[in-house]
This record gives sequence, structure tokens and C-alpha cells, in this order.
Amino acid sequence: MTDPTKRKHGDASDGALHLGSPLARVDGDRKVRGEAAYALDAAPAGLAHGVLVRGTIGAGTVLSVDAASARQSPGVLMVFTPFDTPVLGAPDSFLDGTPGEGPFHVFPASILHWGQAVAAVIAETRQQAETAAALLRIDYAPGDVVPSILSKDAGPGVPVGAVDIDRGDAEAALAGSVFRVEATYETPREYHVPIEPHGAVAWWEGDRLTVREPSQWIDAMARTYAGWFGIPFENVRLISHFVGGGFGSKVTAMTHGAVAALAARELGRPVKVAVTRAQNFTAHGGRAATRQTLRLGADADGRLKAIVQDGESETSVFVPFVEQLNAATSVMYDVPNLRSRQRLVHVNTVTPAHMRAPGKHPSAFGLESAIDELAHLAGIDPVELRLRNEAGFNPQTGQPWSSRRLREALVEGARRFGWKDRPAAPRSMRDADGAFLGWGVAAGLFPALDHFGEAGLRVDADGSIEVLSAGIDMGTGTYTILAQAAADALGVLPGDVTVRLGDSELPSGPLAGNSLLAGVMTGLVHKAAAAMRETIIGLALTEQGSPFRGSELNTLDITRGRIHPTLDEGRAVPIADLLKAIGRDRIERIEDNFPAGTSAQERHRIMTTVAGLRPPDGGVSSVASWCAHFVEVKVDEDFGTVRVRRVVSGFDCGRLYNPHLAASQFRGGIVMGIGQALLEGGRVDPRDGRIVNDNLGDYLIPTNADIPDIEVFSVGEPDFRAAPMGGKPVGEIGIVGVAPAICNAVFHATGQRIRRLPLDIAALLSTN
Amino acid sequence: MNRLAYLRASSLEEAKQALALPGSIALAGGTTVVDLAKLGAMKPDLLVDIGGLAGLDAVRVDAGRLHIGALARMADVSRNADVLRLAPAIAESIERAASGQIRNMATIGGNILQRTRCAYFRDASTYAACNRRTPGSGCAAIGGVTPNHAILGATDACMATYPGDLAIVLAALDATVHTDMRDVALVDLFAEAGSGRETVLADDEIITAVSVAADAGAARSSYLKLRDRQSYEFAAVSVALAVDLTGNGPQIRVAVGGVATKPWRLPSVEAVLRAGPPTRARIAEAAATAAGDARSTPDNHFKIRLLTRTLERALLTALDLS
Repeated sequence: MTDPTKRKHGDASDGALHLGSPLARVDGDRKVRGEAAYALDAAPAGLAHGVLVRGTIGAGTVLSVDAASARQSPGVLMVFTPFDTPVLGAPDSFLDGTPGEGPFHVFPASILHWGQAVAAVIAETRQQAETAAALLRIDYAPGDVVPSILSKDAGPGVPVGAVDIDRGDAEAALAGSVFRVEATYETPREYHVPIEPHGAVAWWEGDRLTVREPSQWIDAMARTYAGWFGIPFENVRLISHFVGGGFGSKVTAMTHGAVAALAARELGRPVKVAVTRAQNFTAHGGRAATRQTLRLGADADGRLKAIVQDGESETSVFVPFVEQLNAATSVMYDVPNLRSRQRLVHVNTVTPAHMRAPGKHPSAFGLESAIDELAHLAGIDPVELRLRNEAGFNPQTGQPWSSRRLREALVEGARRFGWKDRPAAPRSMRDADGAFLGWGVAAGLFPALDHFGEAGLRVDADGSIEVLSAGIDMGTGTYTILAQAAADALGVLPGDVTVRLGDSELPSGPLAGNSLLAGVMTGLVHKAAAAMRETIIGLALTEQGSPFRGSELNTLDITRGRIHPTLDEGRAVPIADLLKAIGRDRIERIEDNFPAGTSAQERHRIMTTVAGLRPPDGGVSSVASWCAHFVEVKVDEDFGTVRVRRVVSGFDCGRLYNPHLAASQFRGGIVMGIGQALLEGGRVDPRDGRIVNDNLGDYLIPTNADIPDIEVFSVGEPDFRAAPMGGKPVGEIGIVGVAPAICNAVFHATGQRIRRLPLDIAALLSTN
Repeated sequence: MNRLAYLRASSLEEAKQALALPGSIALAGGTTVVDLAKLGAMKPDLLVDIGGLAGLDAVRVDAGRLHIGALARMADVSRNADVLRLAPAIAESIERAASGQIRNMATIGGNILQRTRCAYFRDASTYAACNRRTPGSGCAAIGGVTPNHAILGATDACMATYPGDLAIVLAALDATVHTDMRDVALVDLFAEAGSGRETVLADDEIITAVSVAADAGAARSSYLKLRDRQSYEFAAVSVALAVDLTGNGPQIRVAVGGVATKPWRLPSVEAVLRAGPPTRARIAEAAATAAGDARSTPDNHFKIRLLTRTLERALLTALDLS
């Protein structure tokens, strides 16, 4: 590797030809043609169909289930209720692999939130199962419901403690500040709504279980199935070739999978359980609702002296899930005094979950809105204010940054956007039709994590080359970038490489979450392909039958899949011909990044639980991606309608393994951010906690008509402290900071400051 | 979904006989009935598919009236040259309704009869109380989540919003609904909210067409629809206008959607507009009367202000005063 400090801007000069080039996604053609088989496309012979039945109270107890009519309904094979479902085993802890706490009751009689699954019906067809499900008579003893964080009886919550921060003396510094702003910011429940809903198809062969299920983490899910059914991990085969969007919602095994596998075992035939769109709002959690009060203090030049944060996030009554509200607050700017507290408000909801940029999004919404308020108060341009508060090192940990080019993103973004022409005062820009225009800016970050894994490389006698990993492609481009990585290291073309992913029989792969898989897997595939190259050259020089044997050469080269003496492509031999000549059917290499001497047991633990997640660079430097969003909005003040007219966003994500696919991730994140700002929010019934807008007609996400031109650009440089191939997290950063940029632009347009999302017609009209 | 029978009717007579059976319902484009049956909000025993009936999908002009067949597809009507020329707001309202896929399937008759989006109507398993589903059972929306609910026509019995776009324009254009038995004014088609009936139609009565006078007001008709999402969303507020400038002073007909329990004409607004020249002040005065009878919840209170402003803007635009 060359010295990264010597590189030019954006240069990927490690000899790469393919990694870093904008190759179109290799699986795109199959997807467009409908030929890519997603999990629920599986239709093994004898398939039966199961449906989940949701409870209709917000809290209480299932007293009885009268399933007599359902069992007699045509085609019904089996009904599971809280009173006759076999109890499953206890998987060891998802956190660290320690022994599980107790058996898994698939349908507990105790109801903790509206929509909790209370029963399942298995039948010959999906329609028969649905018909029978409607015949179940379920008696409840309703309990008291605390529907949401907004409920009067939700209480103040309980302190989290573990995420509290005390840096310097924030209260004193705030009191002594020249400029002070204080405001409360709120975000609603948001839902992942992947366009592929959840589901599973399961079948057994003896004591071996196969599950086809969309998954962001094959090995961790397989571990849970093994624990549930008391079989060795190796006896579970989990397959997830394609994933139609996950956004954090497909990391763990859930009730629908348990039901499919359990019914398949009981019936001795394959069973499919598809989760409906409406059930996707209650079968797993979305992003927790949050509320935070921020107090910022700055000196006369706008330099931050203090931040005081008091926040609350919503969670279920049974799991203390933390949507970390200081994820951005604590590291975004150079502030010497910071006090942060967070409380958890337990309500009757399904437990919230990680959703694209967990913590970072609500944290940045508060902070980047407050920074804009401070800029307005201090009379300092909001870009300039951010530049003045740039953090030269991680202010929370004291570590140096591996790289931080937020300044470049802000400066270049301002230039591209035309920011210098922005009048400082709100209500000073109008469109030709008289509607107000506004320009806003906000920054974002995404801290990196690292994980372990393996990558396999296989060359067959016909010359075919395969990359093998249980890692998955969520639609983000794993298939493509791993072909690119392998091609470079091996000396072939990306089109010569077949990438096989998403099967637990393949070498173990990392979590596809925290935007870390691309960084881990490109490094591992590069390593495996380089090792394969050395293996092939070694065989070519030494094996009986090789045309290069005994040729006095001490090395060879591989170019476009042909082996040849260095500087002499005239004597090139295709890899397949070499294998034939030396009588080999197949060569395989598996490489990993486990610490030397890691036991098999420890490998299993760190590949199937979050205990394997760790900071990159051995924690020596602090690694994060950075971004800056510039947004223009048009606001019709009479109507309270906000339209985003253009977005210019700069990103520092290190080296981009495929700029074309990375830009898609950036744009996708920005689109999702526009939805968060203007449209999205779960509507919770104040009596029973039901999510009343649990469908894509009423839970609004952006359509094409809502999305303007989005210009994205990269200011990143290869960062080899972040990942072996020089990249930083890409998949989630795009969403961070979009909502505050839009709210800041609306303030600039109208003078109205909206601090609760979504910023919809009702919100704007409530104050004007 | 419950088990049900399906009959593809080959004649109007056959369809009528089947629809006279209890538990039967007509199926045309299938975009509403199938959806609600899947949710369990509707439990038909028999679907009578009238989609194959001949001669009910034409758009024609006859004796100064624009006739649109009940089985004409929304997408086809929105592109029809006669519709675009004679009553452009009909095309405009359809273009802004639903999604392209739904417009390709849904029929004009079915679109007019589409059911409310009230979540408490749609979820029968959780909310037993719904006067629309079960007359006399009450209204679960009271005290619930109601930002999309009606402010006009809302009562303790029902505050569910009529969700459609096309019918708002048809109300402004004094459209007639033609059935196999009679003609009904569109504004008289809908039963009182919460009465247990959606329309005044008999069980076996089939809409065959709608028609509007191809008059000057229709030729200068407009539809303004406001919503948070710019496509595939129901109206927060919509305004349909028919403006006839050919006489002595403008003759303006006004209907509004997204805010009322059924397609809603605003005679009070029309009366103010008739009283004198259409100045900006008069328009403001007229618009201010629109929400006079409004009844709101904390969730949908913003619609009062939004209705007034949308109406004022639509009038100013239609009269070239904006």
C-alpha cells in the first residue's frame, strides 16, 4: 500500500483498475427482468402457507382462543395459539453469546402492545389460512395502555445512564455564553417499510433446517434458529440471495420465522409465512420516537462553549432499546463543555429497532436545527458558523480523526449551490409566483464500526471464478463491488467473477448493518484473491505439466485471466488451461481477519453476536463519514406546503468502491431524509396504541413527484485507517442531516421554525 | 378475507338478479371492494363482476351533454379529447387521483362510489363501533386519530371523509348519475353519513353513466388539490370550480373535497359571489363563509384555515385575479 498522505484528491492509486470504477450493478439485469429470486419466491414441493394473527388490544391478556371453526375451515392444517404452541428453546444472547435467559414463547398470552402476534393458522393455501384466521374467536382481558411518548401518563421515563456525557462544566459555560439558544426537537416513530415485506419459507430434512428469509445477518439469524430448535448451528441453512431493502429491520430472526420453522417441523412439509404490509408495522419495531431539549452557548464569534442536552426516546415496556440522542451531538463540533442525559419512556409498543442511521438522524435533527438557530441569533452565516466550530480531533474521546473532510464538503457544497448569494434574513427570497424560497444547510456524520469475517475464492477447472461469502446484498451493490475487488487482486475482469452471497453454508460474513459490510468484505475478498493469485502463480511455476515449469522464472503475472511471464504477454496461458495442464479440478482459498489464535468457539461468537463489532483502526483513530446538505425549498405559506426544489450534498466517505452505486446510496438516503422531514410518521391511536396509518397509502413516503434533482459529490480520500481498501461508511450517511437542512430552509423561507417532524401542512398551518 | 362466491355477469339483467341477493356487491375495477374485503371491512358473500357488461364504457357527447360510461376506466377518461375540451376539471381531478396503476383499473362508477379511508372504518377487528359498517354501533373515530377527517357534514354518528376527487368536480358541474332505473343528481346520490347506507341506490341498482352539461362553466372548470405528498395521496383540501363568464357577471359553482363527508357544494359561497362583481374583497368574503358550519377536532382543525385559503386561491386563479 502506498502512503495515503501522498495521494491526490480522490485517488485510488493502489493499482486498482476496477474497484473505484462506476460499474453498473451486476445483478441489475436479473432484477429488472424479474429473474432474481427473493426469499418468498421459493416454492418447494408440498408448500403450506401460514398467516400470523394480530391481537387487537394495546395491553392485557389473552384469556382464550376458540379455534374450533378455524380448524374445520377448508384446507386448514394447524392452528397455533398461546395455549397450544410448543415452547422453543433459548438462543444464547444476541449481545454477547452468553446463555439465553429462558425459552421462547412464540405467542405469549400476555399482550404488551397493539398488534402483537397472538396466533397463526397454517393451511394448504394462503387464502384458506386467511379465511380461517378470521374465524378465530379471541377473548382478552384488556389492561391499561400507555400508547406513546406523547401520552399524559407516559411519565418522565427512566435514566439510561450508559450514554450520559459530562464534559467540562456545561451549565457554567452556558451561563457565561454571549449567545444562548434553547429549544425542544421531536421526531415521530418512523418505519422501515422495505418494499419487500418480511417473511420466511422453512423446511426440514431430518434434523437439518433450511430457511429462506431476507436477512441482513445470515449467521446471527441462523444462530437464533439453532437455539430455538435445539440443533447445532451447522444444521441450520439460512439463504438470503436478494433482499428488497432492509434499513435495519432484517437483522434478527423473528416470530414469523419461528412459526414457519415450527409448523414445517410439526407438519413435515415446507411452510411459508409472509408478513403482510400492515403487520410490518407491528411485527418488528421502527425508529423510536424522540424528544430532546438542547441548550447551546457560544461566544461573541459563534464558537460553541457549551451544549446541554436532555432527551427522551420511546421504547417498549419489555426491552430498554436506546435511540442514542447524542450520537452526533457529542462529536460533531469542537465544544469543550457538554452535558448529555437521556431517559427511556416505556410505552405499549413493539420494541423499536435500528433504522438507517440509528441515533445519528434524530441527534443531527436536534443539533443541526439548533446550530441554525444559533447562527440566526448571532448573525453569522450558518456555513461559516459550522466552519468556525470544526473539530480537529474527536472532542469526546480525544482521538485523532482517521480523516475528516467536512470542511471540504461544506465549502465545495456552498460553491456548487451558490450559497454566497443567500440573503441572511428570512422571508427575503420569492419565486416568480410569489411563493417564498429558502435555502438551508446542515451537516451529518456516521461513525464507523468494524467487524470480522471470511471470504472464499474458488477457481474451477473450466476457469470460472467464484467469490463466496455468507454476507448479503441488500440491494446496495455487494455483488458488484466484490467482483470488482476480486478482479483487481486476481488479474481478471469483473465479468469473469461470479459472486455467491447470502447462504450460511458459505464462509461466514459480517453484519450488513452500520454501513460496514462493504469495507470489511472488499478487504477480505482482496486478501483472498491476492492469495489465490499467489497460489496460481506458484502452481504454474512448480507443478508437473505447467508450461511455465522449469522456465527459470521466479514469478509470473496474471492479466485478464491469462498467466504470463512479467512483461511478456505473448506466452499467456488462460487459468483454465493451466488447471487442465496440471490436473487440478479446483483451487480454493479462504481468508479471514480474525486475530491470530482465535478459537473456533470464539469465531462463532463474534460472527453471530454483536460482540464482534469493534472500532476500526484498533481504536487508535476515530473513524466516521461526514456530509453536508444544501437544500432549496419553496413554501406556499397560505397552504403550508413545502416542496424541495434542489439538493446539493457533499460526502466524505473515504474512497468510494463504486462511485455509481455509492451515489445511489447517497441519493436514496436523501430521498428518505426528505420523507422524514415532510411526510413520515406513525400515527398512534391515543387509546389503544394502534398504528392507524399502517399501509403505504396512509404512511407517506416520497413518490418520484416529491423528489427534485439531487446533486451528490465526493470529497473523500482513501482512508486506510478506516478499512483495508480505503473506504468509510456509505449506506446510511445520506439520511443524516437532511431533515434539519429542510427545516432550516423553511425557516429561511418563512421565518417559521418547525421543531417537530414531520413538517407537514398541519404543522405549518398550526402557527400561521 | 371471508369465503365468497364470484359471478361474472353477462347481462345487466343477470347482474341485477344477483345483486338482489343479500350479501352481494358489484365488482368493476376491483380497486376498492377487493381491498376492503381483504381487510375484513366488507364481507361480501357474492361478488357480481359487472366489468364485462357491454356498452357501458363509452364517452360520448349527446344533446349538449358529456356522457361518461360507468365502466370507462379512469385513465382512459382522463385522456379523452372530448373530456379535456368540454370539462377539463374532470380530467384534472382524475390525473391527480390515486396512482397510475389504480387509474388503469378503476372505473368511473366505482370511483364515485369509493369508500372512506377512515382507519376506524377499515379495521373491523379492532373497532366494533362504526356506524358506517354497523348502524347504531357508534363511532370509534371520536377520540381517535383524525387529521384526515371531515369538518363539513361531520356529526357524532360519523366524521369520515369522502375521499374521491372526480365526484367533487361532478358536484360542481351539477352532474347527473344515470342508473338502470332512474337519474339522480350526483349531490343527492350520497346518503347521510352514519345512516348505515352509503348511497340512495337500491341494492340491485346499477350506475350506467354520469353526464354533465357541456356548458360554458364546464369548459372553464378547474380543480385544485392540496396534499402533503405530491402524488398518490388523498386531498387534504380540494376545490372544484365551474366558472361561466359568458353572462352578465360570472356564474360560479363551487364544490370542495377532502373536508366533507360527501361531495360538498357550497351554496353560501356561490351566493356571495352572485351578489356582485368578483372583486378580491368579495372573493375573500365568499371564501370566509365556506367553513361557517365546520366542526373540527384538534387533529383536523388546520383544515378550516386551509379550506378558506384554498378556496380563495382557486377563485382568484380562475378569475385571473391572482
